[in-house]
Amino acid sequence: MQKLIKLDQGRPAWVEDSFLDVPDEEPTPGQGDVLVSFARFQEEGEALAAAGRKVGVRLKADEPVEALAPFLDRVAVVALAFPKFRDGRQYSQAVLLRDRYGYTGELRAVGDVLLEQGRFMVRCGFDAFVPADGTAPDDWVGALARYRYVYQTAVDRREPNFALRLRAAEGA
Amino acid sequence: MYRYDALDAEMLADRTAEFRTQVGRRVAGELTEEQFKPLRLMNGLYLQLHAYMLRIAIPYGTLTSRKLHRLAHISRVYSRGYGHFTTRCNLQLHWIKLKDTPDILDLLAEVGLHSIQTSGNCIRNITADPYAGANAEEVDDPRVWSETIRQWSTFHPEFSFLPRKFKIAVGAAPDDRTAARIYDIGLKLRRNREGQLGFEVMVGGGLGRTPYLAPTIREFLPTKDLLSYLAAILRVYNRYGRRDNIWKARIKILVASLGAEQFARQVEAEWKTMTQSGEAARIDAPEAEVARIRRAFGTTPFKDLPAVSEAFEAAKAADPAFARFVRHNVLPHKVPGYAIVTISLKAPGEVPGDCSSDQMDAIADLAERYSFDEARNHFEQNLVLPHVALDDLPAVYAELERIGLATPNIGLATDIIACPGLDYCTLANARAIPIAQDIARRFADPAVAEEVGELRIKISGCINACGQHHVGHIGILGVDKKGEEFYQLTLGGSGLEDARLGEILGPALPGPRVAEAVDVLVDTYMKERAEGERFVDTFRRIGLAPFKAAVYAEAH
Repeated sequence: MQKLIKLDQGRPAWVEDSFLDVPDEEPTPGQGDVLVSFARFQEEGEALAAAGRKVGVRLKADEPVEALAPFLDRVAVVALAFPKFRDGRQYSQAVLLRDRYGYTGELRAVGDVLLEQGRFMVRCGFDAFVPADGTAPDDWVGALARYRYVYQTAVDRREPNFALRLRAAEGA
Repeated sequence: MYRYDALDAEMLADRTAEFRTQVGRRVAGELTEEQFKPLRLMNGLYLQLHAYMLRIAIPYGTLTSRKLHRLAHISRVYSRGYGHFTTRCNLQLHWIKLKDTPDILDLLAEVGLHSIQTSGNCIRNITADPYAGANAEEVDDPRVWSETIRQWSTFHPEFSFLPRKFKIAVGAAPDDRTAARIYDIGLKLRRNREGQLGFEVMVGGGLGRTPYLAPTIREFLPTKDLLSYLAAILRVYNRYGRRDNIWKARIKILVASLGAEQFARQVEAEWKTMTQSGEAARIDAPEAEVARIRRAFGTTPFKDLPAVSEAFEAAKAADPAFARFVRHNVLPHKVPGYAIVTISLKAPGEVPGDCSSDQMDAIADLAERYSFDEARNHFEQNLVLPHVALDDLPAVYAELERIGLATPNIGLATDIIACPGLDYCTLANARAIPIAQDIARRFADPAVAEEVGELRIKISGCINACGQHHVGHIGILGVDKKGEEFYQLTLGGSGLEDARLGEILGPALPGPRVAEAVDVLVDTYMKERAEGERFVDTFRRIGLAPFKAAVYAEAH
């Protein structure tokens, strides 16, 4: 079983991945939780759910979240794939999933997922990571704690500097 | 001048600590160059032909004497005693050693400077009108909004991995002193009929191999909505901008391929959804925060001075050289008795934009003594003392003359913009600096340059157009022809309020013929010009043909 880094109360830790990542070239196995492409989800999602199985959906960077939005209540995991770490489309997709479509399930970063981008991913609402650079939760704990303050609001709802200043001014 | 509070300072401290760790790992061999590259690029550290180059942000071009002294110190100790001011409000230091960079960043952070987002596909340092707070025409201080954008865009989680780099300019006067239409986003502060303050929003300008001037996608955006509207633009770009081809990845290509109207509709639709969902309200800076930023800039304690200074008038009458300097480098100030002084970094024979450490120190002293501690970086690679009392102009001029920076040529043929070119840059096809020096020598007599009048010459050493040749009255582009340096000339461009892209004159010329061709172009203009016409006005009136005939007739 694949391991992935998951945020537990904001703290990165290893967890066993209960979802089997099924490539499009292979048939869906007869049992267990599966992570499938959006195309396969559209074909088989309903049947899998009817069989009481949990289903996760992989979205490529050019597959818009808008198409998945109507089905989010039937999805246990959304895995957004980074083709390269420099390809930032999935940050916007993550923000929309969380803030616009109210998705509260697991939001997983897969593909070219590197430690140095972790803090941006967390701020955009990702809570699970399959690192491509061999890093471990301890590395992620350090990287995520590096910046004590933030300048802007994001999905993580950390209090931005302008709000801290406002609060300080009101308290004074 | 915006004063950093404790939070701003902590942000910088965390950044420099992070980079020190990363450099340590690289020096120890724990990181390969390939792994290190994206990390160093996030701190403006480039690996160039001979060594590392560090690009330091000068946020919206504003400097205090303390900051400028610090830049002088760093370039003296860690580079070779000079720095290069760019067209985008940055200072570039060559010959930097990797192991020194964490110390340099610490020294910068102590005075509120940094190299954050001076490279990479993120929102870069903001350019603002260099005469902000000093010119009478501005409707509001663009620095307040530039700082608001700076904070919002710093380490932005959604917009740090855009298809390509992203540059924003903020102007506030009818005269454009930012080249707003060649920016990814150009913002111009204005008031609507009801007297409310807002921005004209221009999107999708840029030069490079496919130059575009930014169309206006919104005539008036209330200031309170600034950040959420920027977020809507960036979200559309981040999602739909091309990523398959680095040469097609700037937002200008997306805007041009959709058409400005369709692009604007997509932005407006996204922004409307953000507004309705409450997201926009979370993004936009609260009024109290903008007011705090405004206060943090402080007010300049101008004195009540007479509008006319006798000492100044007497000095002008006594010294023709000073009078010439005043004609070209001194502009009226919004406050009676004061003036704006532009310091040319284009002395004939020197490298455009270069400034020695000693000169930086001297300018910092001038700023402290005569300009309320402020200096600015002008996008045309010059520096500005924004608030000089008329009474003090003779003393300022004398000191500038002493340090070799009293060149009276702002806007003239010798005030040339040039990129570093093949002498420094790995991308360049041809040298830019020697061409600039050649041309400047031809107009070295200030009387000749003055007679020719306003003439903006811009030189790029390759198609990436860092010298902004497309928007030069005369633009010069270096190209490689079978290993030889050739130069293609364009005429009639402008990046300012009369923005236009230049037209190609004809076949490219070999390097030694460029300065001569510029001479011929200028002669043609002098023959043809009508009363009060600048070079570019005459060109736009009579067209390319007479200029082309003159230059290529000479070749036979």
